[in-house]
Amino acid sequence: MATPKIAILDYGVGNLFNVRRALDHVGAASAILRDPKAILRADKLVLPGVGAFEAGIARLRRDGLDRVVRDFRKTGRPILGICLGMQLLMTESEENGLHAGLGIVPGRVVRFRPPLPGRAPFKIPQIGWNSLEPARRAKGDPWRGTVLEGLPAGVSMYFVHSYRVQVADGADSLAVTAFGRDRFTSVLRRGNVSGCQFHPERSGDAGLALLRNFVQN
Amino acid sequence: MIRVIARLDIKGPNLIKGLQFDGHRVLGTAEEFAEIYYREGADELIYQDAVASLYRRNSLLDIVRRTAEKIFIPLTVAGGIRSVEDVRRLLRAGADKVAINTAAVENPRLLTDAARIFGSQCIVSSIEAYRRDDGACRVWVDYGREATDLDAVEWAKRVEQAGVGEILLTSIREDGMGRGYDLELTRAVSSAVSIPVIACGGAGRAADFPAPVAAGAAAVAAASVFHYRYARPKAGLATMQFAGKALRMGVHIDAGNIDFLNEGYGGMKFLMVEPCSISAAKAELRRKGLGVRGPHGNP
Repeated sequence: MATPKIAILDYGVGNLFNVRRALDHVGAASAILRDPKAILRADKLVLPGVGAFEAGIARLRRDGLDRVVRDFRKTGRPILGICLGMQLLMTESEENGLHAGLGIVPGRVVRFRPPLPGRAPFKIPQIGWNSLEPARRAKGDPWRGTVLEGLPAGVSMYFVHSYRVQVADGADSLAVTAFGRDRFTSVLRRGNVSGCQFHPERSGDAGLALLRNFVQN
Repeated sequence: MIRVIARLDIKGPNLIKGLQFDGHRVLGTAEEFAEIYYREGADELIYQDAVASLYRRNSLLDIVRRTAEKIFIPLTVAGGIRSVEDVRRLLRAGADKVAINTAAVENPRLLTDAARIFGSQCIVSSIEAYRRDDGACRVWVDYGREATDLDAVEWAKRVEQAGVGEILLTSIREDGMGRGYDLELTRAVSSAVSIPVIACGGAGRAADFPAPVAAGAAAVAAASVFHYRYARPKAGLATMQFAGKALRMGVHIDAGNIDFLNEGYGGMKFLMVEPCSISAAKAELRRKGLGVRGPHGNP
């Protein structure tokens, strides 16, 4: 199999180099790109990102990259959103006012509910490792044919976030994670579009396995 | 889940470790230890440039760059970070977070500016504190060389206000001593802020890891207790550190005294800690009902 060419969308937020290093480590040939034509020539697209939703979507629009992501989706080639990159795929976000997203996955980005007084305390943002459970029961590997294929239920990944996605269509949720008072979608898939709330490039062997699935399948 | 973090204090290419920020020993190369810790299941790594504040610059860029090629867990880099531009350079080199102490004490706005530009999640306030017998906890700067008038708890509240995402809280008094974490300090700071606190300094055995979590820490960092485990001699070698003429821990070592491993320290041949593996530390946490990440991320 030829080495898949992966475009890492550069819209000026966050550290893209670790994403690139991890993708190349699992056998991709990735490039950090902002030129629409070059992006649309790639085999697969990664939408990375950390930081605030509003700034992220504004920079995508400013550079015309929102349309590029939508066009790429129509080609049927795989897209992976990571952290803020996954949240940007949604219809809208409540972070610092209501902001429209890319509208590729129906649903909303909402804040974690704060701890209740007198109940178990926890700190927001969630910074650290947490585990993934299948969103639905299934015979055999519940994640067969997805980016999570081969990973065990309960596998740990590295999260850094204060907001979580709520998918409108439950069928889009692949994995859920419990934090504080919430159980949220930590991995989603809708058609050729996948997204993960955690950072697979910082999640050790398990994160690399997810990226390898994305690169090779 | 409770994070177990390996802290690597670095001088030149070398991993060093001292007692109460003094009397440093060279244990090997930082990169080689980093790879061991990644493989052994550390949840994060901290690289602390031990001489950076003295020279007013962080010298770890190249090591960070090479580490990022091989290690796919979060890496925090500390030491000598004085400007937004320094932060940018380290993040570009592959650091996930930077921890700032001295420059933040001199200019707290640096924390605010860096958090606004790069996000709170990657700006850590490093607080190095010494708790005196009378209970006073003062913040120290310049890698344990200079005391300030700042009270550690008051300073912790201020850095939270400034917008940092985490506090790396190191007890200078317990650093390297192997007597367990400074629980009073951990409790005082953790209860004063709502951001996560990483307890550091004092772990002397696997059983020491749960206590700071009970005192409010979200993560536990350790150095000696892991370093001496993984720097242990290999059976059959003539000395503890040499295989033939090559240093066992790497070929890049260009400085430092390693005789202590054979000759002891001031005539005394002992360690302050009972070395333990990362998985042994996690087993103790798990025994207390605390969640930890298993090998390869498996439950």
